Amino acid sequence: MHITKDLVAASATPLVLGILAEGESYGYAILKQVNELSGGQLEWTDGLLYPLLHRLERLGHVEATWHTPIEGRRRKYYRITDQGLKELAEQRRQWAAVVDTLRGVWNAGASLRPIPAPAWGVAG
Amino acid sequence: MTVDSGNELEQQIAEWRAYMRRRRELHSTDAEELEDHLRDRITELTEAGLHPDEAFLIAVKRMGSLDELSREFAREHSERLWKQLVLTGDAAAAPSSGNRRELVIMIAFAAVAALGIKAPALFGVSMEGPSTFYARNLGLFALAPLAAYFAWRRRLAPAVIGVLAALFAVGAVAANAFPMAEDSQTIVLSAIHLPIALWLVVGVAYTGGDWRNDRRRMDFIRFTGEWFIYFVLIALGGGVLTAFTVGTFSAIGLDAETFVGTWLVPCGAMAAVVVAAWLVEAKQSVIENMAPVLTRVFTPLFTVTLVVLLGAIVWSSSGIDVERDVLIIFDLLLVVVLGLLLYAISARDPAAPAGVFDKVQLALVVTALVIDVLVLAAITGRITEFGFTANKTAALGENLVLLANLSWSAWLFLGFVRGRLPFGRLERWQTRYLVVYAAWAWIVVLVFPPLFSFA
Repeated sequence: MHITKDLVAASATPLVLGILAEGESYGYAILKQVNELSGGQLEWTDGLLYPLLHRLERLGHVEATWHTPIEGRRRKYYRITDQGLKELAEQRRQWAAVVDTLRGVWNAGASLRPIPAPAWGVAG
Repeated sequence: MTVDSGNELEQQIAEWRAYMRRRRELHSTDAEELEDHLRDRITELTEAGLHPDEAFLIAVKRMGSLDELSREFAREHSERLWKQLVLTGDAAAAPSSGNRRELVIMIAFAAVAALGIKAPALFGVSMEGPSTFYARNLGLFALAPLAAYFAWRRRLAPAVIGVLAALFAVGAVAANAFPMAEDSQTIVLSAIHLPIALWLVVGVAYTGGDWRNDRRRMDFIRFTGEWFIYFVLIALGGGVLTAFTVGTFSAIGLDAETFVGTWLVPCGAMAAVVVAAWLVEAKQSVIENMAPVLTRVFTPLFTVTLVVLLGAIVWSSSGIDVERDVLIIFDLLLVVVLGLLLYAISARDPAAPAGVFDKVQLALVVTALVIDVLVLAAITGRITEFGFTANKTAALGENLVLLANLSWSAWLFLGFVRGRLPFGRLERWQTRYLVVYAAWAWIVVLVFPPLFSFA
């Protein structure tokens, strides 16, 4: 199954914030986690995660620091801020509303009848 | 993995890195972050049994096309490369023939602007004499061609063009239909505020109709500063040209002053409005943002001056002498302080931590605020004593608009310097506030004349 670009884009922010809410992390690890959580169905273009992380940083939802291990290359870690947690809570509310609505539609099934169009509306 | 393939892989990564470096949208730290990612991916793939060559190819492919990546980075970090954010979304570099066509069209717009200012002469409106026609309509003559130029440049939707045209029409009606006396205060206020109101309308065209977007608004603020600098440079050159024209012609016994006064200066100035706008867009890479450089130089100097001034006010303890024009001077002071703040913000990397310069900036804003509060206290007494006139109300209103902006800026700035708030908050506050300036300018143009019965 292929998830469309729009859906991937819309879910990116809450996913990243949600993963960072679990603890500090870096780009590659975040991507791996998204991949695992979605069972490989949510495909991101690797590079595009970074502009998103930078945007969240600018908005103050996350903070970034460079860590340099004793040996090896330095790496940029991201940590969620209080403001980011609030944003995440807000996004969760919004997504819950969307999911509830969709579930309502799916479950209604046959009981949901299309509203008949007025006669003049379908002339064409 | 053999040593040989390891070396080969390093070489491939080095080539990839060099390729990324050529993108100005990507800073070296971004490239480093992406490289870290690339290496993680390659390690994972080789551990899964892939040959380093294959792993490298797949990792690069998964990273996404460099064009798309640079575009996303440029969108997020527009301060790095704001001129390339032409909002048509055309990321490819324009070929040279396209540039020449653009140049020709720009010259056409400039020519229309230059001739436009002389058009009223056909109907017998002279530039000389006591008529205030040109003073009232200068903003329209100067900015309508500029708005049209951006409408063309950004390929605006017809609906947006319609709205822009309507706003210019409203401005034209307000400037000409009100029965304001020739020497009234409201006519002067209208002549000052109409260009400001229309400049923000030009801003809508500049952003390609996407004026609600904070990043695009910031681009427009940057554009305003650079445009002003280019315009002043052109004006300086024009001054030299004018001086030589008058001087050389008088040497051979011809009087060129009438030609200079009624043709060269007005037409040249109108054309320069469009040319300066074009220069800002076209020559951005030649002269990197000048406004922020000037800001860096003058912020400490202004801070010192204001602190000394404040000290002098306190030391002499004489209070501020409330002359008639004093409020205007302090309005202008606030405008300068706000300008210094805006251009420091516009060129700043929002992710950088607070430094010494930010503290100087905060000191500047706070000192200006304290001085302004003293002035306001002095002046309100004066106004309550002698009543409101159009001039005083406008000056007071402006002062309050600027004071509100700077107070909240100072608060946000303080939060940022202490590490409590992200810098983006300050940026957003400034870009959102543009609407207030627009509202105020339109109020002065549209409401003030009838409110003060055209006096």
